[in-house]
Amino acid sequence: MTRTARLGGLAVLAAAAIAFPFVYSSPVDTNYGVYALIFVTVASAWNIFSGFSGYISLGQAVFFGSGAYTAGIAARDWHMTGTSVFLLLPLAAAVSALIAVPFGLIALRVRRHTFIVITIAVFFIFQLMAADFSFTGGTVGVQSPFLPWQAATFNNPFYFIALAAAAVTVTAAWLVRRSRFGLQLRAIKDDEDRALGLGVRTMRVKLSAFMLSACITGFIGGVWFLYLTEVLPSSGYDPLFDLSIVLMAFLGGIGTLSGPVIGALIIEPGRLWLTTRFTNGYLSEILLGALFLLVVLFMPRGIVPTGSEWIRRLRTRGRPAIEPVKAPAGGAR
Amino acid sequence: MTTLLRTDGVTKAFGGVRALDDCSLAIAEGSVTGLIGPNGSGKTTLFNVITGYARADAGEVYLGDRKITRYAPDKVFNAGVGRTFQLTRIFPTLTVLENMLVPARNGGRGRALEQLEFVGIAGHHDQLAGTLSYGQRKLLELAYVLVADPAIILLDEPAGGVNLTLLSQIAARIRELNARGKTFLVVEHNMEFVMGLCDRVAVLDAGTVVADGPPDIIRTDPRVLDAYLGTDVTG
Repeated sequence: MTRTARLGGLAVLAAAAIAFPFVYSSPVDTNYGVYALIFVTVASAWNIFSGFSGYISLGQAVFFGSGAYTAGIAARDWHMTGTSVFLLLPLAAAVSALIAVPFGLIALRVRRHTFIVITIAVFFIFQLMAADFSFTGGTVGVQSPFLPWQAATFNNPFYFIALAAAAVTVTAAWLVRRSRFGLQLRAIKDDEDRALGLGVRTMRVKLSAFMLSACITGFIGGVWFLYLTEVLPSSGYDPLFDLSIVLMAFLGGIGTLSGPVIGALIIEPGRLWLTTRFTNGYLSEILLGALFLLVVLFMPRGIVPTGSEWIRRLRTRGRPAIEPVKAPAGGAR
Repeated sequence: MTTLLRTDGVTKAFGGVRALDDCSLAIAEGSVTGLIGPNGSGKTTLFNVITGYARADAGEVYLGDRKITRYAPDKVFNAGVGRTFQLTRIFPTLTVLENMLVPARNGGRGRALEQLEFVGIAGHHDQLAGTLSYGQRKLLELAYVLVADPAIILLDEPAGGVNLTLLSQIAARIRELNARGKTFLVVEHNMEFVMGLCDRVAVLDAGTVVADGPPDIIRTDPRVLDAYLGTDVTG
């Protein structure tokens, strides 16, 4: 695809995203938009660390919940009211990024399944702390201050904040992927020990990506809290949240830029629709699990890489995808 | 000649097995030194200890006057020691050019392409490294070590599994770099390759250097025959 076509496509997407709440103005529809964009942001943030480095984290809810609790606790204790609570979002991001430092220093010493197990363990520690500490409100959680907005358009500011966060996150992922930092993350995914032996400070690179991912997730966790107006230990630190974002990334294509976006745009509205359409609250979870199985079994690389391969096959039918290179005299074979 | 790399009484055991036993070796600056020995004699373990992939139980490693014994692999590389592996290790999902840009202090795209040109695989620069043939991977690994311009390069079986044409190409590149002043330490089983390329050969047996000298002398040294064939030279 040419650069102009790509830019044109992006402009159309951006225009459609901006126009969405004006075309579909009912709160039911804009609610779909807000949730979809929150998950586009989180899945892309998760992808910046886990997708690029290959370290599959099941502890992203630690940053999401901590961002939500930070905004809630600060608003409550500092007696903040009205729209001023939005000023707490950078604090939510900073606190989550700070939490990522000790979390990362412990978890990033190990790899693969051990890393996954540690992220799950840390997740449950945070969920238990939220339920047991008094400053987090225990099992009652924390409620957000009242926002004096009209019910009909209440969702719209959240929609645009989430849209901006999603755009910034996808741009950040694009910049990371193009950068030397991103190259080092991808090298770590291929062969971490080899990268280390080529002078790459792997721990520093992994921790930086982990913190960046946590920072974005904490920010959007704060947005989610203000939108939902409350956070509980079970909703802020929800194990299904982690499974959902991993599924989104896997479905779309882990490690690609558009994969997690596409995955989030399919799964989150789908899950919301099932939850509201059917009275059986567990149906969406059962279908989510079934979808996970199908993706892992039949499309393990996700929609974007598999789709690209199909398109490449169609375009190069009958001739090699890579043109043979004329080797110089005495060239290697 | 000044010594560039030195191991001083290095010992490394795995469980009850001593892979390196009081191993002392000095590599002169600007030389191509061969390190030979039977399977299990400790050659790769010595490479691992020097490059920080394994920690010595005792003894020291020096790069010039700098003690690098307990350095992590990234620090050893940044100090000026590059290495290749017996089983070639490249980054298969990155392009050939991206592979070249992974090392710290890589000198940028221009230098990366220059080095790819030097080893003869510049034409493949935008191809995924995973699609290269085994021989091309060997050359890529050599190229991305060269890109950081290390003071010494440790080559672990560069001739292993490559055809004769490529073998002479690798040897020619090593000679050319050596003529420009680059120092090499080469582990290799192909005796013809080692004897033709190296100006000094050290023999390792049971984790200890048992002989060290010019190739012609080493070829006829009874201790070498003993190490390889198990003959009793004293008897």
